Amino acid sequence: MCGIVGLFLKDKELEKQLGQLLSSMLATMCDRGPDSAGFAVYGAPQDGRAKITVQAADPDAAFAGLDSALAKRIGADVAMHRKTTHAVLSLPADRAVAARDALRADHPAVRVMGVGDVIEIYKEVGYPTDVVQRFGLAGMTGTHGIGHTRMATESAVTTLGAHPFSTGADQCLVHNGSLSNHNNLRRDMVREGMRFETENDSEVAAAYLTAQMDKGLSLGAALEKSLDDLDGFYTFVVGTKTGFGVLRDPIACKPAVLAETDQYVAFGSEYRALVNLPGIEAARVWEPEPATVYFWER
Amino acid sequence: MPVIDLAQTGLRELNAALHSQGSGTNETLWEVLNPRGSHAVAVGVNAPIAVEIKGSVGYYCAGMNREASVTVYGSAGPGVAENMMSGEVRVKGDASQYAGATGKGGLLIIEGNASSRCGISMKGIDIVVRGSIGHMSAFMAQAGHLVVCGDAGDALGDSIYEAKLFVRGAVKSLGADCIEKEMRGEHLHALQALLNRAGIVDVKASDFKRYGSARKLYNFSVDHADAYG
Repeated sequence: MCGIVGLFLKDKELEKQLGQLLSSMLATMCDRGPDSAGFAVYGAPQDGRAKITVQAADPDAAFAGLDSALAKRIGADVAMHRKTTHAVLSLPADRAVAARDALRADHPAVRVMGVGDVIEIYKEVGYPTDVVQRFGLAGMTGTHGIGHTRMATESAVTTLGAHPFSTGADQCLVHNGSLSNHNNLRRDMVREGMRFETENDSEVAAAYLTAQMDKGLSLGAALEKSLDDLDGFYTFVVGTKTGFGVLRDPIACKPAVLAETDQYVAFGSEYRALVNLPGIEAARVWEPEPATVYFWER
Repeated sequence: MPVIDLAQTGLRELNAALHSQGSGTNETLWEVLNPRGSHAVAVGVNAPIAVEIKGSVGYYCAGMNREASVTVYGSAGPGVAENMMSGEVRVKGDASQYAGATGKGGLLIIEGNASSRCGISMKGIDIVVRGSIGHMSAFMAQAGHLVVCGDAGDALGDSIYEAKLFVRGAVKSLGADCIEKEMRGEHLHALQALLNRAGIVDVKASDFKRYGSARKLYNFSVDHADAYG
């Protein structure tokens, strides 16, 4: 069992409240996944700049001088904004790949959580309300966000095993369920040159979607294709820079509720997660159909 | 009339108050406010009382219900009226997975749609759905009636025993050993009685088709003796 929440805003006025709304939604899902939590927030783009969210088990040591070392290595300015065990590195977008490679080569204690123009990803072991408070989710703004509370089944309770998983620029995935063919898929993708950080099944799903999108598919088409290739139980919620998607496996045991108004699209593992949203009483609320791709793009 | 506001009162307190009602209670009408998707609202009530829940509920609402009449003015999460014994549960909105699962008696009415596994392993409960139902409904259904005014999803009645299924709209596919059966006078009569009890007056019993067990899966067949090992 895990808990998922997601919020995709249509109304710009609500963007100031994104973090506060997502934080309140996530708090209702603590009992579905009390061992760890995480979230991705899609914030405002900065012209020509990219963001890399990094995490370290010993952040004082790992982040000391990280910005200047990285700036020197990639030959560009790097700004670092630290939030407890995580930090967001802001740098010129055309140096993002070089920066990621440099982090991997020179800073083994630093783990990359996500890379993109707008995405920031935070995840940690701990009770979900404590985790989101540590990272100050309630104060964050943005266009859309996805959160997850984890009850681990397929891999250990670690920071890297928490969700969301991000395997491509501005992409993220959260998962409730368990995949049964992830080892085979991982082997195939490793052969094609993809890198994996964990033994987790959900990371494989994220990487699978990234690989499909790298081949030119839209998120919706990639989700459609995953119905043929992923085996197991899943409710996925995925985010891209401008999109938000939901997919349930054909058996659809894992719960899911969607709500839509003129102001937003919201996802919750249960209706409880949605009750504090503005105008929920008048929203269209429904259970997504099995094996059916739901996808919104701004 | 007791009014219990779940924004002020805990769920255990509500259910304890409902459980303390006996057959001769004077408090025959209860109102529950602000359920906000809570789990297990009005589970295990065992008295002839009416409980009106003003909003949507989460998992297992009115599970194991006996004698009570529970109305949800909203939608219900998974397992509404699970293992109901008697009485009546009415959901004004939609119901999630496995509505009425394993129910032994009573009447469950869903005015909206029900999702997958509606009536799974039903053992005597009657279920009337005004809208449509999802896949694998009435899986291993043993007894009782499932009435669907809309459509049914994939694998309706898979491995069914003796429950009777009535569907007015399309059936996406039938499960193993479930077949369409002749609608005889006694079936029309039983179906009409259920529609009447559910308060559905704009739908004709003659528009439905009946489905049930081909009785090839759960009966011993001498032709398959080798396969039983």
